[in-house]
Amino acid sequence: MSDILAVAEHRRGELRDVSFELVTAGRQLADQSGGDLHVAVVGGTVDAYADALNLDGVDVVHTVDEGEEFNHDVYEQVTDQLYAELDPQYVLLPNSVNGLDYAPAVANGLDLPLVSDAVDLAVDGGVLTATREMYGGKVETTVDVDADAAVVTVRDAEWPPTEEAGDASVEAFDASIDEAAVRSTVTGFEEVGAGDVDITEADVLVSIGRGIEEEENLDLIFDLAEALDATVSSSRPIVDNGWLPKNRQVGQSGKVVTPEFYIAIGISGAVQHVAGMKGAENIVAINTDPNAPIFDIADYGIHGDLFDVVPALIEEFEG
Amino acid sequence: MKVLVTVKEVAQLEDDFEIAGTSVSDQYFEYDLNEWDDYAIEEAVQLQEDGIADEVVAVTIGPERSEETIRMALAKGADRAVRVWDDAIEGQELLDVGAKTRILTEVVAEEDPDLVLSGVQADDDSFGATGVSLADAIDFEWAAVVNDLDLDADAGVASVRRELEGGVEELTDVELPAVLTIQTGINEPRYASLRGIRQAQRKEIAHMTLGDLGLDDAATESALDLTDMYEPESESDATIFEGSAEDTAGQLADLLRDKGVAGQ
Repeated sequence: MSDILAVAEHRRGELRDVSFELVTAGRQLADQSGGDLHVAVVGGTVDAYADALNLDGVDVVHTVDEGEEFNHDVYEQVTDQLYAELDPQYVLLPNSVNGLDYAPAVANGLDLPLVSDAVDLAVDGGVLTATREMYGGKVETTVDVDADAAVVTVRDAEWPPTEEAGDASVEAFDASIDEAAVRSTVTGFEEVGAGDVDITEADVLVSIGRGIEEEENLDLIFDLAEALDATVSSSRPIVDNGWLPKNRQVGQSGKVVTPEFYIAIGISGAVQHVAGMKGAENIVAINTDPNAPIFDIADYGIHGDLFDVVPALIEEFEG
Repeated sequence: MKVLVTVKEVAQLEDDFEIAGTSVSDQYFEYDLNEWDDYAIEEAVQLQEDGIADEVVAVTIGPERSEETIRMALAKGADRAVRVWDDAIEGQELLDVGAKTRILTEVVAEEDPDLVLSGVQADDDSFGATGVSLADAIDFEWAAVVNDLDLDADAGVASVRRELEGGVEELTDVELPAVLTIQTGINEPRYASLRGIRQAQRKEIAHMTLGDLGLDDAATESALDLTDMYEPESESDATIFEGSAEDTAGQLADLLRDKGVAGQ
């Protein structure tokens, strides 16, 4: 039992990027543990998915023809049964919204430790070492997992995707689903965040975060946007507070934007936010905390108080 | 219907801090109610105001210091609280998801709720997994990352929206009893009123030890051993504009003009 089992993720007819990153992470662990990499895909057009997942470093692709879309009860049962059949050392799952909807149940059901949101992994002498962030990303930690086997969820975009085709064998896995234990039903999907403003079309975005402190202060940001002929976007807390509508939100659960200029004001740069704006051509950050992670991806920065810098900037263009 | 809400007082690091070994000294922390749990409490209190919940009980695993934070949940409308703590828990550097699940499972056995609300994740250890793990352990149905809840108690169904990535929401019907992990933005958490704060002083926070829950010290054993903690290396190669607000704004304005963004 030195094998790795990775379970791919798909939604509405497409494999999600994290599936190809799981292959990379899984191959790396399999090389270190000396085992094979098994990739499973559950539900939907499994044969087409299996073709796409037949990638360099994958030994076996298991197709499980159960349902169309993700259902956590089905995924938990299938993963349990694959685990029983394959006896892998590590089960690798995505640290996505759906991954976190079943990985903890799999770990609990199999009585295995769970390491979530790993950003790096290494196996040495049978010990798994995972790198994780704590305290909102202000520190990194390493944890050793003291167990023969474990369930690990992998943060997206930390491993590069595997793209080269492989020569894995593709095997259909016949799972038996206890329908009585499927007690949730997905009834539909909805796109949210439509509206009058499309921030993905803007050349210049003035984006505001928690640093704005009060709703009234947003006027300052709209004034700057007007002076620069830019569009206002925001990080999640501003939308959570109801200060701006959802169609202004940049990030993992909001929009992915690639403007020419992205001016991040009072935004610390949490990984979920960065996922939505790292593709901008030029990134400017204005933040009081010089250690804020936003400066890691910024091209230009000002370590300063937005309530001093933004009025001065407006003055530059209107004064 | 009885609603149990798991809450946590989380440690938030100040901008400047020092790491010693695998921990940070207390002086660099500020303690607050976990942001996600604030939304979970609000959702439970709204269920009570709508006549759906008869009782809202907050449960926490935390030291005596955390009672101040837990009392904020009571001031916002929870009826009473349970706080689990003892030396064996204190002795664990990192309480993993399995250990939290074992402890909360026994609290659920004591309280017998119909619905458990937890935050999606805690801001300190960020496992994001305890709610779903607990659901599996107590044989409740569940839904993770819920940003809308419509509860039909008679039909025994919670209709929820789950916030997926990329601006897509999944609509799901979940059979009760259930554990729902609550995402920020699902509601607008209230501020505690003065009256609420006064009332909270008289509400019960029951302290329970592992022994009270029928557990022994082994329940706290974590499979994860924290071996190192460090500040992430800054990868910044940003050009930093120096000087006063006017100076830095001037340099940024020059850049924006140079690149043809504005002021042509």
